[in-house]
Amino acid sequence: MKKKINSNSLLLLITVVLFIVMYAGGCIIYSAKGFTHLQTFLNILINNAGLICIASGMTCVMLTGGIDISVGSLVAMDCMILAVGIEQWGWSSPMLMLFVLVIGLVFGLVQGFCIAYLDIQPFIVTMAGMFFARGMTAVICRNQVSIVSDKIFTTLSSLKITIPFGGYMNKKGVMQMPYLRVTVIVALIVVVLIYLMLKYTKFGRSIYAIGGNQQSATLMGLNVKKTKLKVYVLASFLTSIGGICYCLNTMAGTTQQALGLEMDAISSAVIGGTLLTGGVGNVFGSLVGVLINGTISALVKTNGKLISSWSNIITAILLCFFIILQSVFAKIKDSKK
Amino acid sequence: MSSLKKLTQKRLFLPVFSMILVMLINVVYDVACGNAPFTFFTITIKNGVLYGRLIDILNRGTEAAILAIGMTLVVSSSAGTDISVGSVMSLYGGMCCMLLAGYGNTNVSNYAVPLIVGIGAGLLTACVCGLFNGFLVAYMNIQPMVATLILWSAGRAIGLLLCNSQIVYVRVPSFQKIGAYVGFMPTPIIIAAICILIASLVLKFTALGTYIQSVGINKKASRIAGFNSAKIILLCYVICGLCAGLAGMVATSRIYSADTNNIGLNMELDAILAVALGGNSLGGGKFNLAGSLIGAYTIQAIDTTLLALGVSTAQSPVFKAIVVILIVVIQSEPAKDFFKKLGKKRAMAKGATQA
Amino acid sequence: MLEAGVVLKMQGICMTFPGVKALDQACLTLRKGEIRALMGENGAGKSTLIKCLTGVNKFEAGEIYLEGFDGPIVNKDTMDAQNKGIATVYQEVNLCPNLSVAENLYIGREPLTKLGTVNRKAMNKQAEDLMRELELDVDVTRNLEDYSLALQQMIAIARAVDMDSKVLILDEPTSSLDDREVEKLFVMMRRLKEKGVGIIFVTHFLEQVYAVCDAITVLRNGQLVGEYDIADLPRVKLVAAMMGKDFDDLASIKKEGSGDKRKEPMVIEAKGLSHAGTIKPFDLDIHKGEVIGLTGLLGSGRSELARVIYGADRNQTGTLKVNGKEVKIKNPIDAMNLGMGLLPDDRKAEGIIGDLSVRENIILALQAKAGIMKRIPMAKQIEIADKYIEMLQIKTASRETLIKQLSGGNQQKVILARWLATDPDFLILDEPTRGIDIGTKTEIQKLVLKLADEGKSLIFISSEIEEMLRTCNRMAVLRDGAKVGEIEEADMNQMSVMKAIAGGDSNE
Repeated sequence: MKKKINSNSLLLLITVVLFIVMYAGGCIIYSAKGFTHLQTFLNILINNAGLICIASGMTCVMLTGGIDISVGSLVAMDCMILAVGIEQWGWSSPMLMLFVLVIGLVFGLVQGFCIAYLDIQPFIVTMAGMFFARGMTAVICRNQVSIVSDKIFTTLSSLKITIPFGGYMNKKGVMQMPYLRVTVIVALIVVVLIYLMLKYTKFGRSIYAIGGNQQSATLMGLNVKKTKLKVYVLASFLTSIGGICYCLNTMAGTTQQALGLEMDAISSAVIGGTLLTGGVGNVFGSLVGVLINGTISALVKTNGKLISSWSNIITAILLCFFIILQSVFAKIKDSKK
Repeated sequence: MSSLKKLTQKRLFLPVFSMILVMLINVVYDVACGNAPFTFFTITIKNGVLYGRLIDILNRGTEAAILAIGMTLVVSSSAGTDISVGSVMSLYGGMCCMLLAGYGNTNVSNYAVPLIVGIGAGLLTACVCGLFNGFLVAYMNIQPMVATLILWSAGRAIGLLLCNSQIVYVRVPSFQKIGAYVGFMPTPIIIAAICILIASLVLKFTALGTYIQSVGINKKASRIAGFNSAKIILLCYVICGLCAGLAGMVATSRIYSADTNNIGLNMELDAILAVALGGNSLGGGKFNLAGSLIGAYTIQAIDTTLLALGVSTAQSPVFKAIVVILIVVIQSEPAKDFFKKLGKKRAMAKGATQA
Repeated sequence: MLEAGVVLKMQGICMTFPGVKALDQACLTLRKGEIRALMGENGAGKSTLIKCLTGVNKFEAGEIYLEGFDGPIVNKDTMDAQNKGIATVYQEVNLCPNLSVAENLYIGREPLTKLGTVNRKAMNKQAEDLMRELELDVDVTRNLEDYSLALQQMIAIARAVDMDSKVLILDEPTSSLDDREVEKLFVMMRRLKEKGVGIIFVTHFLEQVYAVCDAITVLRNGQLVGEYDIADLPRVKLVAAMMGKDFDDLASIKKEGSGDKRKEPMVIEAKGLSHAGTIKPFDLDIHKGEVIGLTGLLGSGRSELARVIYGADRNQTGTLKVNGKEVKIKNPIDAMNLGMGLLPDDRKAEGIIGDLSVRENIILALQAKAGIMKRIPMAKQIEIADKYIEMLQIKTASRETLIKQLSGGNQQKVILARWLATDPDFLILDEPTRGIDIGTKTEIQKLVLKLADEGKSLIFISSEIEEMLRTCNRMAVLRDGAKVGEIEEADMNQMSVMKAIAGGDSNE
């Protein structure tokens, strides 16, 4: 029997084609501005390493049919803790990173408990989480704090991992080799691990089952509440990893940091083929989603004349398009039955 | 004991109780600071305008109160919240000021178009936003919060776009008047009063309230009884959009500029909190507008009090978030069951000691 | 202890819901390798009994014995029941459409590798073996949603039997399947029977009962009517048992002939109306002052027919004339503006607006007709509410009491009041007397006759034949989603109606 293309793989296909078209278009239009260099692509990865981690967690949450809009604020809080911790409390950076990860776990535990065991809408809980974390950021420190003094942190941040091919001559005639950052490696490891987790562990399959039909999952003897709790803990934990990556990029903590990052994470997952109703999607799709978001902002930046809010608007339009697409596909499926 | 129970079951118990609590905290704080115990309630006239903390709360609470009207209807009819209201406020500011100043100008003292055109266009934009949200929710069957998430992000971005990423100042007295004073009365208070009056008149003289509650409680039964559920939900979102526009109007005129990044920031939380604090269930169904309004002013009172205690506006969301969570946790079914069991146990223990 | 060959015995099961005795000393015996039909009309207690068995409901008295267990057993939840060997397959497929067939079969008990991860290879292999054993042609790696509902249903059954079930409960598994699919299901059921599994088959299709079952247990009003071998209980007797009549003692209850109303002008004229999946095309005409009864078993399409006329479900084919003019009804409000009203059978889901007061519930339809801008003044609302509370003797603390606090019968009266307040020309009453006390039932029957006298036309749907004999001028008979005939007033008696409902060779 031939495997026919169903609507879900069609969604993902649209996304991949969209990315290729967008990137190829960028290469053609902005080739003079260096868009064709391998480094442009790697920069998209570098700039969005944190987002990749966060989107992976978001994908898991959305696969259960839930959502987590607290991630942006949590990242801001993480960055602020790192910055203030290093500059004002004088903690060592490995200690602080561990601390931030623990905070992620606790944060997820509280949100997950409210959602899984108290049956409160995920949106309400994580919205409160969002405002809580954003407020806490201001409670910790009201000013911008830049990280300058910690050796480990600055080294990690500036470490270049060069790639032995795909270089280009710059204007001075010096060979520029393309490079990656540590954060990208972390992000890619996260994606692979989450992919394996979703595909090959009992926990991963339970996530899909819950998203497919929560009532059935219960009747089939899965522990739905516990799985949900674990998913929210996982998401907040990955967000904290993402927060550290984010901080390694910005090297600062401010109260206005990572505004709208939750939007980027959600739209990455949705554009990457994760259904809002849950049950369908995978992290590689979300990775492509992040790349699309990254390409949009890279294009807007390369253009130079457009103001940065264009990338927000285009992302929102894409999100809207994909949400409506999902809704239409669902309607078609229903009417077939 | 039973009379206390009766009291706590009254619909307006939660908002009124929290309001009184906040006032008490203020009295205690004043006494501790060595002020007269009722400083909080004193209203005086300074420089020809009303002055006092109570007036300040009424004045500053205008935006939250207007938003609460729309949010109450949305929550009741669709069992979800509209999280785009803050962004729509900001979008109103961008639209209105862009038109009044002319695109690209950042600091004007003359209108480019008549004031009424600017305000009208702004409010129309807000209504269109509501229409968009309502369409997604009512006709595309998308969860309210996901649907409104789109404008939550895009609204502010479009506002920025309209203002070319700058803060546009409109330094014309008639524009500032909306956020300032008429005679001795702060204009926002008057606007809030008018909005509340119109809302109550509409609810009193049309069947809107019955329609919305009926749809919110039982969609299927409402359809059989002849209501068009989708249209009602759409209408609620449009009203909510309009309310966001009006709140944006007040907020913009207060600072006579379109500071798109800051207008309406975190206001969605205030609006949702007002509805919850007003004793309305976030699960939809019956609503109580008076409760939401008291809730809105209570939140402003909390804000003002926190500010007086030295907590900045950037920090106050911490407290509000905790309050929201506490309220929904208490409203949740598992918690209700838990309290019931606790009550039974207590009654049993009491019975045992008496025996 | 259990007799030899018996796998499950339920005895004297009692259970009350607030105010209703749902089960009263209900019993059920299931033998090894037997397919037993569990029959009964609405509210007979079939699903409650099943839920007591699977641990969803907690019963108050009685014992359940299961083969392999010494004493009586009580299941805490469905999982507990499953572990003891009682598996259930529901009307809706309770699997995950987004997972592969193999995963649906084994999720929660997947074979693992040494690393503790899911061993997909082994799982697919096991699944393939199972499918081959049950002779199902399925690619186990494909998603469940790629297969028809029938196959999904069979995969659900496969999951249940693979867990070494002794008892398999099939709760209306056929309601969304077509004839060919049902036949496939039967083949599988017979195969399981040969393996010694005891099957409880809940259905409302008589044909299917006689096609596949060995024995029948009939419940009525929460009580056991009897347990029969299939050979001892021909169709008509089965219907009689379900409806609560002794076959040999079918007294002829009949009201005085009220004359042929067909000289009166036609109010409703339906030609070829249908709604996919629920009701096949039908013709029906109703005259002024006429009461038409729709009769048939639960699921025969009697409610669905009424819903299509009212526009609660939109018709896909056919035309409808109201008072001689052709009309298109898209939504209930269109029907209401033509003078119709519908009292739905599911009072809780489609009738009452629970959190609104009695007054608000009464004026609801009138308000919908008036439109959103024309609020009915409070004084008028109170007047209308009081009028109907008085007229229908609705027992409520006050007109401002929330309707959800009223008893079922009084809730029904409120919904009835809602429609009477709109002064309809044509009223559909779908099971208006279900779950309410005898006194109220009689009142409602009287009301129906009174309304007909006033020149209103009615559709009256009920599971109780007596009731319909008392009130109807004519009856339309439905079976398996189609209108199969009409019975004239002169020919209406319990026997003729039951024969019509049962269909087939009802003389055996």
